[in-house]
Amino acid sequence: MLLIECPWCGPRDEAEFAYGGEAHIARPTEPDKLSDAEWAEYLFLASNPRGTYLERWRHAHGCRRWFNAVRDTYTHEIIEIYAMGSLPKSKLGIQAYEDSWRRGSAAEQNAKRGSAKS
Amino acid sequence: MVTPTLGMRGLRRGKPRYSIFSLARHALDYHEGWQRAWRAPEPQPEYDAVIIGGGGHGLATAFYLASLHGIRRVAVVEKSWIGGGNTGRNTTIIRSNYLWDESAAIYEHALKLWEGLSQELNFNLMFSQRGVLTLAHSEHEMKEMSRRVNAIRLNGIDSTVMTPAQIKQLVPIIDISPSLRYPVMGGFFQQRGGTARHDAVAWGYARAADECGVDIIQNCEVTGIRQAKGAVTGVETTRGFIKSAKVGCVTAGHSGIMAAMAGLRLPIESRPLQALVSEPIKPIIDTVVMSNAVHMYISQSDKGELVFGAGTDAYNSYAQRGSLPVIEHLLASAVELYPIVSRLRVMRTWGGIVDTCPDASPIISTTPVKGLYFNCGWGTGGFKATPGSGHVFADLIAQDRPNAIAAPYTLERFTTGSLIDEHGAAGVAH
Ligand SMILES: Cc1cc2nc3c(=O)[nH]c(=O)nc-3n(C[C@H](O)[C@H](O)[C@H](O)COP(=O)(O)OP(=O)(O)OC[C@H]3O[C@@H](n4cnc5c(N)ncnc54)[C@H](O)[C@@H]3O)c2cc1C
Ligand SMILES: [Zn+2]
Repeated sequence: MLLIECPWCGPRDEAEFAYGGEAHIARPTEPDKLSDAEWAEYLFLASNPRGTYLERWRHAHGCRRWFNAVRDTYTHEIIEIYAMGSLPKSKLGIQAYEDSWRRGSAAEQNAKRGSAKS
Repeated sequence: MVTPTLGMRGLRRGKPRYSIFSLARHALDYHEGWQRAWRAPEPQPEYDAVIIGGGGHGLATAFYLASLHGIRRVAVVEKSWIGGGNTGRNTTIIRSNYLWDESAAIYEHALKLWEGLSQELNFNLMFSQRGVLTLAHSEHEMKEMSRRVNAIRLNGIDSTVMTPAQIKQLVPIIDISPSLRYPVMGGFFQQRGGTARHDAVAWGYARAADECGVDIIQNCEVTGIRQAKGAVTGVETTRGFIKSAKVGCVTAGHSGIMAAMAGLRLPIESRPLQALVSEPIKPIIDTVVMSNAVHMYISQSDKGELVFGAGTDAYNSYAQRGSLPVIEHLLASAVELYPIVSRLRVMRTWGGIVDTCPDASPIISTTPVKGLYFNCGWGTGGFKATPGSGHVFADLIAQDRPNAIAAPYTLERFTTGSLIDEHGAAGVAH
């Protein structure tokens, strides 16, 4: 059983939360510029690491707000909780973020180009 | 005594046969003279094919490679003990009543193999066609089920719609009163479905594969996949490098880790799936009943334990354990539908790490690396497919191209969009 610290409501039972899967997946802003393979990579391919994982949670039966977590998928230890739209600050979290294959993915490059334009 | 098995091209080394007579004979020497079921060989420096993962699927693959495709030098490399993964943790439900043609083809192929498998392997798999009933708890679900039954029948697979009264007759311990929070509105039934003894499946395939010369290497973890010029050359293991031009990876929840070793990525998330058994009691239910709407299913083992299963835990994990809320939810549903179980004690709970795919269908595929093949993504429901999966995967490895049954299950389907969406049929349960 996980004890999850909602940034707004404090530590609560896992049963109050909904899982949002992998964090920091940038949505391409110009999908038509991606090949089918690049789109499939964005849509379907998973990081699914054994160890440090950056993921999203929602306090579904509480304040209903979203947040990010750095969690170890083998020990289930929650290493850090941080706000949506921000990056992890813990050493493990930063490393997992920087090492992720998504940083170099076509989808993320595309999303960056799109946001620079707008 | 050498007894060649029907339909097997491979040369069998002639293990003594298991039978009622051998049982009686060994009773005379107090069962102290039984032979080893398989050897514990040292890894050879090179094989024609290496299978990573000694679960049911990996062992079946090795057996069919050796017995049907005449590939003599095959090794199964298992990091712990064979059958200790999901094969030995699952609730053993077997059925083939899936919605789509592609699924019907592979699961029915497996079910047909199950029907003769104890004889073929000379190992009692305790395969029991006690029937699998799936409940509907709403009018919508009932309509959806009738539609599914028609599709399943068009594929020549047995399937019937049942009314609540018929269900009560089949499963006397069930409560069909309309006052339940999720009342039983009906269901559909596959008589040819049922259960088998999970460990026996691993052991039976291991013994038969060993007899065909396959080396089963336990306590040997693969730590790397070596390749040169776009082709696989072998595997690094905790017991040294093993050379092979063909490597089949069948590691269920660990498939993503294996793919990363080869520089590949998969559309797979690893999640805990839990199950539990009650204390053993006299027979009270002689079929399998599943319920997708309340995330719970039940059967009774030959030892008398009630076997309960649930849906997956919500989060990614490699810990082979899940969280208590899933068990609480499962038991709440069980007590409401089968009031008699409220006074039973839970004896054991456990979890396995299942490899879930976006379309709830498996991946049986070549990869961009020549000679490297993956068989994974069976998620919550691959035990039933064990013989069929091993059969078509061996064919894929031997021929380097998928046969008609395996072809839809390529990795490319995630790029082309030809998904095989079995979320409706797989739901939570199996
Ligand atoms: C609780 C539970 C209930 C289930 N109920 C059902 C059911 O009722 N019906 C059904 O059809 N299915 C069910 N399933 C799913 C089913 O168990 C699996 O789909 C199926 O058993 C997978 O078989 P496998 O041989 O591919 O995997 P496994 O049996 O998990 O074998 C994979 C093997 O690979 C090994 N391995 C991993 N990494 C390495 C490495 N680096 N080197 C060497 N070896 C490695 C592992 O140790 C393991 O032994 C259930 C699963 C669970 C967990
Ligand atoms: Zn909150």
